[in-house]
Amino acid sequence: MIPEPFEYHAPHSLAEATRLASELGEQAKLLAGGHSLLPMMKLRLAAPRHVIDLGHLQELRYIREAEEKIEIGALATHFQIESSALLNEKCPLLADTAREIGDPQVRNRGTLGGSLAHADPAGDWPAAMLALDAELQAVSAQGERWIAARDFFVGLMSTALAPGEILATIRVPTLPARSGDAYFKFRHPASGFAVVGAAVRVKLSEAGHIEQVAIGVTGVGAKAYRAADVERELVGKSPTARRLVEAAAHAADGVEPNADLFASAEYRHHLAAVYVRQALERALEKARA
Amino acid sequence: MNIRVRINGAAREDEVEPRLLLVHYLRDVAGLTGTHIGCETSICGACTVLMNGEAVKSCTLLAVQADGAEITTIEGLTAEDGRLHPLQQGFWEEHGLQCGFCTPGMILAAHQLLSRNPRPSRSEIRRALEGNLCRCTGYQHIVKAIEWAAEKMGGSTS
Amino acid sequence: MSVKLLGERIKRKEDPRLIQGRGHYVDDLPLCNMLYLAFVRSPHAHAQIKSIQLEEARKMPGVGAIYTGKDLDGRLGLIPCAAGIEGLKIPDHPCLALGRVRYVGEPVAVVVANNRYQAADAAAKVEVDYNALPAVVDMDRAVAPSSPLVHESLGDNMAFVAKLEGGDWKAVEADASVKVLKQRLVNQRLAPLSMETRGVVASYSPGEDTLTVWSSTQIPHLLKTQLAVMTGTDEARVRVIAPEVGGAFGSKLNVYAEEGVACFVSRQFGQPVKWIESRRENLMATIHGRDQIDDLEIYYRPDGKVVGLKCRILADLGAYHQLLTPAIPTLTALMILGSYNIPAVFVETKGLFTNKMATDAYRGAGRPEATYIIERVMDLVALELKLDPVEIRLKNFPPPGKDIVLATGVSYDTDNYQKTLKKVLTLSSYKKLRREQARLRKKGKYLGIGLSTYVEICAMGPSSRMPAGGWESGTVRVEPTGKVTVLSGTSPHGQGEETSFAQIVAEELGVPYDDVTVYHGDTNQVPMGIGTFGSRTTAVGGTAIYLATQRIKRKMARLAAHKLGVKPGEMVFRDGKVEREDGSKSMKFAEVVGEAYFAKQLPSGVEPGLVENFVFEPPNYTYPFGAHVAVVEVDGETGEVSLRNYYAVDDCGRILNPMLVDGQIHGGLAQGIGQALWEEHVYDENGQLLTGTLMDCAVPKAHQLCWFETANTETRTPVNPLGVKGVGEAGTIGSTPAIVNAVIDALQPFGARHLDMPLKPEKVWRILKQGPAQAA
Repeated sequence: MIPEPFEYHAPHSLAEATRLASELGEQAKLLAGGHSLLPMMKLRLAAPRHVIDLGHLQELRYIREAEEKIEIGALATHFQIESSALLNEKCPLLADTAREIGDPQVRNRGTLGGSLAHADPAGDWPAAMLALDAELQAVSAQGERWIAARDFFVGLMSTALAPGEILATIRVPTLPARSGDAYFKFRHPASGFAVVGAAVRVKLSEAGHIEQVAIGVTGVGAKAYRAADVERELVGKSPTARRLVEAAAHAADGVEPNADLFASAEYRHHLAAVYVRQALERALEKARA
Repeated sequence: MNIRVRINGAAREDEVEPRLLLVHYLRDVAGLTGTHIGCETSICGACTVLMNGEAVKSCTLLAVQADGAEITTIEGLTAEDGRLHPLQQGFWEEHGLQCGFCTPGMILAAHQLLSRNPRPSRSEIRRALEGNLCRCTGYQHIVKAIEWAAEKMGGSTS
Repeated sequence: MSVKLLGERIKRKEDPRLIQGRGHYVDDLPLCNMLYLAFVRSPHAHAQIKSIQLEEARKMPGVGAIYTGKDLDGRLGLIPCAAGIEGLKIPDHPCLALGRVRYVGEPVAVVVANNRYQAADAAAKVEVDYNALPAVVDMDRAVAPSSPLVHESLGDNMAFVAKLEGGDWKAVEADASVKVLKQRLVNQRLAPLSMETRGVVASYSPGEDTLTVWSSTQIPHLLKTQLAVMTGTDEARVRVIAPEVGGAFGSKLNVYAEEGVACFVSRQFGQPVKWIESRRENLMATIHGRDQIDDLEIYYRPDGKVVGLKCRILADLGAYHQLLTPAIPTLTALMILGSYNIPAVFVETKGLFTNKMATDAYRGAGRPEATYIIERVMDLVALELKLDPVEIRLKNFPPPGKDIVLATGVSYDTDNYQKTLKKVLTLSSYKKLRREQARLRKKGKYLGIGLSTYVEICAMGPSSRMPAGGWESGTVRVEPTGKVTVLSGTSPHGQGEETSFAQIVAEELGVPYDDVTVYHGDTNQVPMGIGTFGSRTTAVGGTAIYLATQRIKRKMARLAAHKLGVKPGEMVFRDGKVEREDGSKSMKFAEVVGEAYFAKQLPSGVEPGLVENFVFEPPNYTYPFGAHVAVVEVDGETGEVSLRNYYAVDDCGRILNPMLVDGQIHGGLAQGIGQALWEEHVYDENGQLLTGTLMDCAVPKAHQLCWFETANTETRTPVNPLGVKGVGEAGTIGSTPAIVNAVIDALQPFGARHLDMPLKPEKVWRILKQGPAQAA
């Protein structure tokens, strides 16, 4: 219940934060909303010497449109995203995903950036990031770089962020015409995390064929992934009910599914197929509307 | 480290250890023991308070993160003249509590719900309570208590 | 008695303080110079303690002392077990482990520090060197001769074997038409998980030589006696207070190591000491519930009549006995026939030691297991014979209202099981549900309808059957101002008896409800008591208060009659007056009180004052019953079960406050449904706890439950003058089998016969995966 002592830093600008992060390196943990880090510190599973609280960086709390894309500051909370008129209109997948996270209190405090940097294998955001081909901006004292979502999630609770780097901005494309998206999630009854989560964005051709499809899956493996085999089965094809079932069956191909007290690997594999198909069906329905 | 907060309208300034949890600050430093602790993993919601108007789990915040914030705890919901808030009244009228341990958190989570959705459906109420566990009531009377309050408040949250 | 209070929906007296955050739970008590405890606990299920290094920890800031088992040995008594079973093995259970640890979370050392942060920091620096030993986890293996032993000195892992046999087995064996069905049922381990964890403040005052203990407990009086014995304190100098208690469900019907240690440390320092359990500790080191394997042989005739039941129970007791640990499974044996007149019974119960936390009373305590067994039995037989679950139950109910003695030796106080069943069938539109089910099945949708017709044993209990006595004490004191103080030896913690007891007294005395104040939980204030558990508080404790009130009335009637020159028998109490029925002679209630206290003209032989105590000894248990219908939907793709409707008709005898009864039923249903669908407290094969936080340990949430439709029948018990039976555990007992029966019913197209709880989606999916059953 009680964290170990640490030194606390509360920078008021991103520049100050990156300087601290670079100075303190691996001895420091970044604190955004705190809903991933603090529970670990309270259980003493994490005991950083330094905590850099990013909470004062108002500059990272925005959600804005920029040339066919939407940029979101890493400190935007799940609730900000869920209730954003802009996102609900132009990138509903993010708002829909946000609504599925934790509970209202957690959504008030938890942030997009904090959650992504934590990279919990059962977190919700990675699926959406992958389905949207999001770009993630890492800023450090040395400069900045953009990382593609598919390169960002490296493994179990590990990301492409280097020590000293701070995730600052998340950029996603707006929903094109004749497109739809959806996030379907099987909630763990205790934690509320994703046993399996499937995020889909699909674009139809004028003839009603699948022109583009991107599927992000979380909860199944050690890290979130793109269900590339499913996508391949569908691109250029007409989305018949049967084809969706057949394609979705490949939702966990090549992935070694997690197994725990709640769900075996085999069951997770099955759920992945079901949830990918259901998310596809819903996204297609929206694309046709 | 020095922090300044307003709790239930009253300003305070305290020297705190950075690792001090907000809930321990409220209970042990400010002496407001109406906010309870029921777990250490941000699941149970017994520690829910309002921070700058938003419901938060005070066991998953450091007191230093609340520097400059306005906090409302269950003690701050009763009016100065002793009048109960409609949510408090609703919990009383509809038997929305038994042991009472989850109640302050429940009431503040419900406060947040009604401020965003003044006329929630029963299923919306239940979804909004996902972050608050009650082991006594089976939740049904809590749902009725919140409906009672929503009705009384007629769409306002003051 | 013109103002009717009993039977009315009266708002609770408890609530104003609780809805404003002004109640005081243990952790809310501020005392000067408080010290804080943190326990160092075993990470191993079974290990030898080689050494404990305290040097680093002692150097930490704010540390006052650190104690290990050796420091306490001979200075602090063992943790008591009150269960009385013939041949029971009771291993030594020290407050801090001595030489060996036997479950994950067992306290090994305690740190005393100036605040909780310092205590936690220092506890983390205590280094214990263990030699890990093989753990006993699985019950089937625990009984094998080759099994490692939890307690080597006891020779095996068997704490006791108990047998209950009754009825005419020869007749069963002689009947050629009788068939036998075998089934194993697993009743999984659960965490009681009250929202407030445990906690204790002990304050020894050297000047006065008194020990005051605030504990989150259900049994302040029993705890007082035990702590006096454990700490070697004169009992008259020990005071236990149960302040506001944030739920318990049986888990605080106990005497725990931490309570003993806190008292010991406070005596050492002459300062108050506080320990508050974390949730992680709560899941490891507060008692667990259930955990039985039940191997059944069901003897039934082709017409659906069940004629015999054999059950071999393996009960996982954990590593040590807590207060009632071994007694719990014996209640399963006692209630195994449920509401059915089954003429022959045989139950063999083996209580086993394992390297886990002790099991003990969790809401229902042995009876949910019994009800689960017998209600599954009914459905299993119905399934074999293709009978409707309603039909099989009607075939096996005893005729209504006739006193019977069951083969188990149990005789119920009242019964009319047909009536509650009929009522729940109407409430749920049962026939319509069956038609809907048939329609949906054709569309590939799986609706399940489950029934449970339970009887439970409540109002614990006659002293002859209870280890520490089963009476309860009630005191009523009319103060000189006419206000009324009520003291109860029970210790409610959410059930609302400050309200219902005030209803009883106010109605009887004809005084305003607001004039009555009920206290409980303080052993210096309440002369004697047992506590709150076993659905006993109102039926036993309320009766004591009712009868103490009758004593007050007799005395007041005598005083008034003396003053008015009439006969005491003519006096009635109503509207704040004591008067003749026709109102011709009347005194104000307060005037009669004045007579008693100012004592100017007392009748001869009458003592001044108005305080009466009554200790009620119940002649029997009570046996509430009910009928529940659960309606579930099974997702054909994922196996996820969702609850659609729940209908409960309960007969808990006379209802004093329907709002409180509904609350008890609702909460009980949620816990019973939780066991059926989500809850399980799981150790792995090494004895490590896999459900150690609320991230893994599922508790029902608001959105997972449905609207409960409840109704009652009111058959008053003759066991007490109030006619009250008790309702605290009914919902839990009745609901678990109703849900499981419903899910199995939903899975009939797939030929399902049984699934063990909790009915997690994957288990159900594995049935679905097998595909439709071949038509037989």
